[in-house]
Amino acid sequence: MNQFSYMRVTSKESAIAALAKDKAAMFLAGGTNLVDLMKSGVTSPERLVDINNVPLATIEETKTGLRIGALAKNTAVAENALVIKHFPLLSQALKAGASPQLRNMATVGGNMMQRTRCHYFYDSALPCNKRSPGSGCGAIGGFTRMHAIFGASDKCIAVHPSDMCVALTALDAVITVTGPKGERKIPFGDFHRLPGDTPEQDNNLQRGELIIAVDIPFNQLAAHTHYLKVRDRASYAFALVSVGAAMQIRGGNIADVRLAMGGVAHKPWRLKEAEAWLKEKSATEENFRKAASMAMANAKSQGGNAFKLTLAPNTIVEALKTAAAQA
Amino acid sequence: MGTDKKSEPINRVDGRAKVTGKAKYFAEFEVPGVTYCVMVTSTIARGTITTINTKTAERAPGVLAVFTHLNMPAIPGWAEQGSNSKLPSGGERYRMLGSNKILFNGQPIALVIADTLERAQHAASLVTASYNKSEHHTDLLKNKEKAAMPPRMGDYTRGSDTNAHNTAPVVMKADYTIPIEVHNPMELAGILAFWEGDDKLTVYAKTQGVKSTQRTLAGAFKIDEKNIQVYSEFVGGGFGMGLRTWPQEVAVAAAARALKKPVKLVLTRDQMFTLVGHRPYTIQHISMGATQDGQLLGIYHEATGETASYDDFTEGTVGMTRFMYACPNVTTKYRIVPLDRGVPIWMRGPGEATGAFALESAIDEMAYKVNMDPLQFRLKNFAETDPEKNKPFSSNNLKEAYELGSEKIGWAKRNPAPASMKEGDWLVGYGMSTGVFGAHRGESTCRAQLNADGTLLLQSATSDIGPGTSTAMVQIAHEVTGLSIGKIHFELGNAAFPPSGSQGGSSTVSSVGSAVFDVCTALKGMLTEAGLTFDNGTVKSAQGKSDSLQDVLSKQNKTFFEVTRSSKGGAELEKYSLYSFSIHFAEVRVHPATGVVRVKRVVTVADSGRIVSPKTAASQMIGGVTGGIGMALTEEGIIDHRFGRFVNNNLADYHVPVSADVPHIETIFIDKPDPITNPMGSKGMGEIALIGFSAAVANAVYHATGKRIRELPITPDKILSA
Repeated sequence: MNQFSYMRVTSKESAIAALAKDKAAMFLAGGTNLVDLMKSGVTSPERLVDINNVPLATIEETKTGLRIGALAKNTAVAENALVIKHFPLLSQALKAGASPQLRNMATVGGNMMQRTRCHYFYDSALPCNKRSPGSGCGAIGGFTRMHAIFGASDKCIAVHPSDMCVALTALDAVITVTGPKGERKIPFGDFHRLPGDTPEQDNNLQRGELIIAVDIPFNQLAAHTHYLKVRDRASYAFALVSVGAAMQIRGGNIADVRLAMGGVAHKPWRLKEAEAWLKEKSATEENFRKAASMAMANAKSQGGNAFKLTLAPNTIVEALKTAAAQA
Repeated sequence: MGTDKKSEPINRVDGRAKVTGKAKYFAEFEVPGVTYCVMVTSTIARGTITTINTKTAERAPGVLAVFTHLNMPAIPGWAEQGSNSKLPSGGERYRMLGSNKILFNGQPIALVIADTLERAQHAASLVTASYNKSEHHTDLLKNKEKAAMPPRMGDYTRGSDTNAHNTAPVVMKADYTIPIEVHNPMELAGILAFWEGDDKLTVYAKTQGVKSTQRTLAGAFKIDEKNIQVYSEFVGGGFGMGLRTWPQEVAVAAAARALKKPVKLVLTRDQMFTLVGHRPYTIQHISMGATQDGQLLGIYHEATGETASYDDFTEGTVGMTRFMYACPNVTTKYRIVPLDRGVPIWMRGPGEATGAFALESAIDEMAYKVNMDPLQFRLKNFAETDPEKNKPFSSNNLKEAYELGSEKIGWAKRNPAPASMKEGDWLVGYGMSTGVFGAHRGESTCRAQLNADGTLLLQSATSDIGPGTSTAMVQIAHEVTGLSIGKIHFELGNAAFPPSGSQGGSSTVSSVGSAVFDVCTALKGMLTEAGLTFDNGTVKSAQGKSDSLQDVLSKQNKTFFEVTRSSKGGAELEKYSLYSFSIHFAEVRVHPATGVVRVKRVVTVADSGRIVSPKTAASQMIGGVTGGIGMALTEEGIIDHRFGRFVNNNLADYHVPVSADVPHIETIFIDKPDPITNPMGSKGMGEIALIGFSAAVANAVYHATGKRIRELPITPDKILSA
């Protein structure tokens, strides 16, 4: 770990000002990922701007939905009555992530900003285009069991590790960020990026911008919701594949549906084609299976993750079946 | 003792100290002026260091020294054998910082010592090295042609028809693989060392044997053992990795001598994967022949495990196959392949856990081939006496164990047909296996001191890596003397105490317990001579005498009675085959769509003689089964062989089971004294708790799905692609 200075700020304005002044500064929220990255030498900020005292942790109902402050802890969101009532998928996804201790520290904004868990990214003795652009992708041709089947490039095959983000993608959340040029809104699906030729860029947040909130619009999907995470142990493991599924079912037909996957791409992977196809179809396993195979159209194995080509559609079907079966 | 009388279940005598933080582990000892060591490790798997730049690190704040192969103080015991002297197998010895040679990825290339840990860490990040890389070989599968018979581990053959495993009416052949497993105790390895002058060394260490650490250091520094003090009272898990005093620990002691300062080293988690051993990647082939009605005619078992290029590591992988079943023709072979990797070390159930996965899976496969219940198949081929040694077992209650375990899990109620049982979307499966480990007993010594206040202090240079050594010893002393539990105190983890062996091979209760038994018996004799007796939990005047313990001591001008006894097994042991046994039953759920396996219920029966300490014994079994669940379902050290480097060397990616993976584990003890092993009638149990368990899970997965998974761990991808 490099030597760094540390400061606390108590307002959005002072946070943004602190980062504007210092190019080597970074925001520190829960620190559950950033501190690891610093310890392994992947990230070496010269100044940490601790934003935990900025009042951005409220969860409130608005006219159109729920607004969740960027500094709300993962546990607080997962246990929040409004979240559980309106967006059980988000609560389930959060609880599927990490461990209770980590969720108590981790924030919503930090969760969005967490970086891939690809081992080659963390081990500075190995090549990684994300950590060290141009050094090559160590994972390609190596240990690829955890890696992407969608949207990978020849520069990077890493996946985004978040469960929460899978739910927020499915729920059409909108992120509000603020920065030196003022506030702007980013639809959740446009926040994270595919690796392309610039895998070092995880997302479209501009340097110096601060995430302040996430808005989730109300929907009619709470009754039939399931987050299914398949992993190597029952808790505290990253997803091999996860699926967030939510449906509105009327008279056995799917009036509305949202589907997103985790553990399969550099960003939370929304299955819009499958959603569109399922709309107004009956909620049967056969239809779920068709939708799942549609979702897999562009999937590509890296070798070690070939099993995901089977696991992913199966998990989509299981998640939809479980969601549909809910009373 | 040695009777059918059951021991009473008592709580861990040091439980309170452990949960309140009063128990101190090696890294927690505060020594004035302590300095901190951080290791820089190699990023290649084989080659030489061409340049190493330490200048920036040396100038960093707080740095006291940076040691590399260019300036490392000589370690006389190492120098004697030289850096380049050859091993019997032809490899070079590994002498840490002894030369510019790199023998494995993650090998320490520099020790950075500073006044604070953070400064040492920072300075370590400033050391740079360049290498001349050589081709490395870290993949056992690609280096099988290098497999060689290790010294002292020859092939075994029994029977006149060595080809029976190929020619019997029913033949079953299969290959089994276990991955690298890493011990990963919660407590990280390391040492805190300081010197008085040049020849008196004190260390706080994470070790499973204070005497063994003392001997290693004495040999390395060519000083008298008496001048080396080793403390290790509490150890936060070892599972075998603490059975050696590792080169980096010796090197830190050398650095402390050169700097004339206390130096502390605590490994990082990733260093735990490379510098303190692991269970070796092992491939096994079993070929088995039987009659149509399920009588075994021949078994051939060949195991090939990895070792380092610089050390011939061996373990008893094929031992169980030689004697477990009444089979007339048995051949076993064991080979090792030297690789450019850190050396393996024994890990809980060493060898046997690996071998039992193959043997007990193969037995299950053969049982299905001859259409027999796997339990009946085992009973049909039951070995009443040890067919390898041609000796009777000192005790063998396996048949009773099979009965108790199968009854408890409901074995007979299951539908034995594979893939026949369901619960909702989940397939249900039952599996069983047998575990076995030698009931070892070594020489051990214990000192007893009966104080004037009637408290009894016992001391022995043994260890407690978690099983509850002190609790068991207090219990033995209590049962011999009748003195109440609260008056007995057992001290360990100090090399100055009377000698005992390391805590390994499930031998502590048998070895140290016997010394406790003997010393307490001797103490009783002393009291009788002195006109005293143990009575109703305290020391009282013997019948017809009036002097109290205090009176007698003051008349004899003593403040305590003292006696030391050494104990070891007699020639009687030679006449018997001495083993502990376990039976594991596992009920699993397998989700066919996602490949997820969950262990739903476990019944484990131990035939380990008389149970000395029922509560800690049950904890041992639960811990062993938990390790078995890890071996079966989650644990795997993964190396990217292009780099010869681990790619999951942390606890997020190397999956030890979490609570949610571990169901209620029912432990049953036969609890019958073994008449031969030792005066308590006990046999070891640390290893048998784990040995065989992975096969029970694999067999249950087969029963649930009809899919035979022969490579551990059984992760969802393997179920999906089987």
